[in-house]
Amino acid sequence: MELIIALIIGVLTTSGVFLTLRGHTFPVVLGLTLLAYAVNVFLFAMGRLTIGLPAVIDPTQAEYADPLPQALVLTAIVIAFGMTAFLIVLALKSRSELGNDHVDGQSCPEGEIPVETDVQKQIQRNEQL
Amino acid sequence: MNFLDFNLPLVVLLPFVGAIFAAMASKLNRLAAAYTSAGVTILTLALLAPAMSLPFSSQTLVQSWSWIDSIGLQFAFRLDGLSLLFALLILVIGLLVIVYARYYLATKDCMGRFFAYLLMFMGSMLGIVLSENLLQLVVFWELTSITSFLLISYWQHREDARQGARMALAITGAGGLALLGGVLLLGHIVGSYQLSDVLAAGDLVREHPLYLTTLVLILLGVFTKSAQFPFHFWLPHAMAAPTPVSAYLHSATMVKAGIFLLARFFPVLSGTPEWMWLVGGAGLITLLIGAYTALFKHDLKGLLAYSTISHLGLITLLFGFSTQLAAVAAIFHIINHATFKASLFMVAGIIDHETGSRDMRKLNGLLKYMPHTAALAIIASAAMAGVPLLNGFLSKEMFFDQAVTASHANSMAWLIPALVTVAGIFSVAYSIRFIHDVFFNGEPVDLPKTPHEPPRFMKVPVDLLVIACLAVGILPIYTVAPLLDVAVVGTLQNEAPQYSLAIWHGITMPLIMSMIALGVGALVYFKRDVLFRFHERYVESIDARRYFEIGLNKIIQLSISVSRGFDKGSLQHASMWVILTSIIAGIIGFISVSSPLLGDRDFIPLDGITLVTAAILVLASLMTTIWHRQRLLSLVVIGVIGLIISLGFVKFSAPDLALTQLSVEVVTIVLLLLALYFLPQVTPKETDRTRLWRDAILAVVSGVGVTLLTLMVLSRDFAPISDYFLANSVPGGGGTNVVNVILVDFRGFDTLGEIVVLALAGLGVFAMLQGMTLPAPNQDADGRIWNSDKHPAIMQTLTRLLLPLMLLVAVYIFLRGHNLPGGGFIAGLIASVALIVQYLANGIEWTQKRLKIDMHWAIGFGLLIAVSTGLVAMGLGYPFLTSAFSHVHWPVVGEFEIASAIAFDLGVFLVVVGATVMSLVQLGKLSTASHHDSPLSKQLEETN
Repeated sequence: MELIIALIIGVLTTSGVFLTLRGHTFPVVLGLTLLAYAVNVFLFAMGRLTIGLPAVIDPTQAEYADPLPQALVLTAIVIAFGMTAFLIVLALKSRSELGNDHVDGQSCPEGEIPVETDVQKQIQRNEQL
Repeated sequence: MNFLDFNLPLVVLLPFVGAIFAAMASKLNRLAAAYTSAGVTILTLALLAPAMSLPFSSQTLVQSWSWIDSIGLQFAFRLDGLSLLFALLILVIGLLVIVYARYYLATKDCMGRFFAYLLMFMGSMLGIVLSENLLQLVVFWELTSITSFLLISYWQHREDARQGARMALAITGAGGLALLGGVLLLGHIVGSYQLSDVLAAGDLVREHPLYLTTLVLILLGVFTKSAQFPFHFWLPHAMAAPTPVSAYLHSATMVKAGIFLLARFFPVLSGTPEWMWLVGGAGLITLLIGAYTALFKHDLKGLLAYSTISHLGLITLLFGFSTQLAAVAAIFHIINHATFKASLFMVAGIIDHETGSRDMRKLNGLLKYMPHTAALAIIASAAMAGVPLLNGFLSKEMFFDQAVTASHANSMAWLIPALVTVAGIFSVAYSIRFIHDVFFNGEPVDLPKTPHEPPRFMKVPVDLLVIACLAVGILPIYTVAPLLDVAVVGTLQNEAPQYSLAIWHGITMPLIMSMIALGVGALVYFKRDVLFRFHERYVESIDARRYFEIGLNKIIQLSISVSRGFDKGSLQHASMWVILTSIIAGIIGFISVSSPLLGDRDFIPLDGITLVTAAILVLASLMTTIWHRQRLLSLVVIGVIGLIISLGFVKFSAPDLALTQLSVEVVTIVLLLLALYFLPQVTPKETDRTRLWRDAILAVVSGVGVTLLTLMVLSRDFAPISDYFLANSVPGGGGTNVVNVILVDFRGFDTLGEIVVLALAGLGVFAMLQGMTLPAPNQDADGRIWNSDKHPAIMQTLTRLLLPLMLLVAVYIFLRGHNLPGGGFIAGLIASVALIVQYLANGIEWTQKRLKIDMHWAIGFGLLIAVSTGLVAMGLGYPFLTSAFSHVHWPVVGEFEIASAIAFDLGVFLVVVGATVMSLVQLGKLSTASHHDSPLSKQLEETN
């Protein structure tokens, strides 16, 4: 069983990483969602896998599932939702401001990146001196 | 309470407070800032006055308060002879500079800003000299770098002022960093950052293996600040500052801070060959370079700047000799240099002010225009040259004497007195030039203004300083001797050696050297044409500033190219680096562990259903990736993954997680669907196959790594820390659902943080969507027109019936949460789903007419309730968020338990509902707004 869980985490990570590296916002959000699944399952599994153990305190029971990772993961799931909501709206915002849905957030055509910075101007001035 | 228990911090902090008042006062009246500053300085002197007698009775005053004990930082001040001497120099010369500046600054200069900076600088300097804690000393050291930057760049409209200030900041700032390193090492060696401990641990420090490193780091700080070779070049460029600033910074304060540190650490670090070579060597080279270059500067302030460098070198060289007598001479020269150099800078400022020029090729024969100023300048220059009966002569004699003593060290050491005499010759030559070129030597050459004497009170500070030069020079025993004596005791932390301040010692070697310097110096000046030609031909082109600029540009270029290598302004690129770095870190981790891949924990046997479900999940995950360009399709498939994961939580004994995951899944998918409506339905095909392969490889390597890591962990046993929570959940938290008790009780503070994050995310979504407009597409990816039947009747009816039921479930889940799976998070999500379904089925306008709760209020109240639960506990004397519970008996319902943590959980519930519903409804509104404007809806309205 542990092997399967490890494999699932691995596949989710693979898909998540691949999509996170894409250049458009929507696949990146999907990728981060997948990565969030992977991380949550991974954290959960750190309490070791247990089947059929009680979740609440019962005087007749001796063993329980580890509650601590569960508490951690529970909030992690909710936070991941908050992050997804924020990200996807950010994606909408960037589309509305820049007219495209590329992650680099620039309105200029792809491949051209504005590089003229204050520092460079300063250097040019120093060289003239 | 005794005043001497707390006056030193007041002395240091008062100028900072005064700076605010000076800045405000200038709004009332142009000169009010100057008077306020003078008042503040006098008040500071008055605060210091009661403690002044202590060093004279061999007492060291230490006032200390504990601050951050864990890093050895204390708020601690000390007053001994050395601190007293410097504090007096800073305050008295500061006061004179303030009086002088009041006349110097032009009407268009902002007085408030100038005096506020000056007072802040004064406070920082006082902080350095009065600090008992070394870390605190470094903080004030940095403050002097910053405030001197502000002072040097005071005339912000001038390019040279800005550049000079930047150079001073870059060099002294870098030195400050080195000093911090040195001080940390020193504190590490001694085991305390308190100066009293450090000063007593000289032998320990000098014998420590880290001694050389510590010494070099501290000396880097000292040499940069005190403009010692090879860092001397910033000082002449700092002359772009207003002259009062130069007079203050370069006579008594800023550059003397480094010298102060040499004196302060003299008992700890001096006496070793390393110290002698480094300190003595730098001092000797600086002495010579400064004295030589000063002669050739045509600018009055340029000459004084190099002369300052030279005198700082002299003092440094004296400390480098490491003898007690040399330290006496060094301290004495610090006092003398401060007086004559401050007066000379002020004279230069007066000349500049009244003639409009500082160029010695134009300034000639000023004697008849300004005889009073000329007299002052002649005396001060004579002191600088070391003419008998003036203070400069006395300390220079002591200096020559020490040079002669040092020449007995080895066969090459005769060079020291020889080179020192050469420096003396140049010193005499440039002093003569300062006088002869300016006040004699014919008539002025086209000056912008007709020269005349300055206002009476502009000369008063100079008068006082020059009187001091004379008084010390003629009657040293009755003037400077006691102060010098306590300063020497403070420096050596020991009794002062026998020394003589007499003017006449008979015909001695130092006297002969003085005479040679005076005679040959005069000769050099009058035969200077030869030297000038030589200098212009070979030396003048060497400008350290050019190398500094080139070096600076190289560093900036390097940093740009390095950051450009990582940050190409592309998120894709940056994400790639983040992932690559994690992979490399992971690989290093795997390599450095030698234990076998799998441990000996037994695996749970696999069953068929799990296998099939897992296979579906893996398939769905891969399909999401492969089909990611068809966005709607990939979104549908990703929903499968979320559902299977919640099933997994059920399987592995985590019902709370299963409930959470299930409800989050619903809202996430709805949210993404709403957003997808406004995004392109298809991702364009990528053409860069290399990038695809690269990403695929990175992805697979990460996946394999995570799989291996999980396996390694899962195949080993561990000792959980959860036993505590399991044991205390019922007796301590009053609930049997341990997960919920952890969330709302044991780790309640974490949960509070998390709901704050959630609230911020919800508010962020709201803020971003304000005023946003996006074109609404009127057809889907395949070209089909969206269905205009927005709200199907069956769904409307069904959801309206379901609403009370769903809310009831939410309440039930909420109430039982403490004892059975459920709680605020899950109930909040379920309630959100119930409300969102209404919005979806009936439309936003319809629902909002009936649901009048503003979700901002829900979020706000939720946080308020959660925080107040914590505060109530605090108010009752328990730690923040401590919970209480008791058993209540209600008729009909029966006996049940109520815990105060349920109030906290209610806060969680409200924040979750507020943030979730707000995010989705705002997105939904965006779509409604766009629909109203879209051509499709208009067309539909027309046909209706």
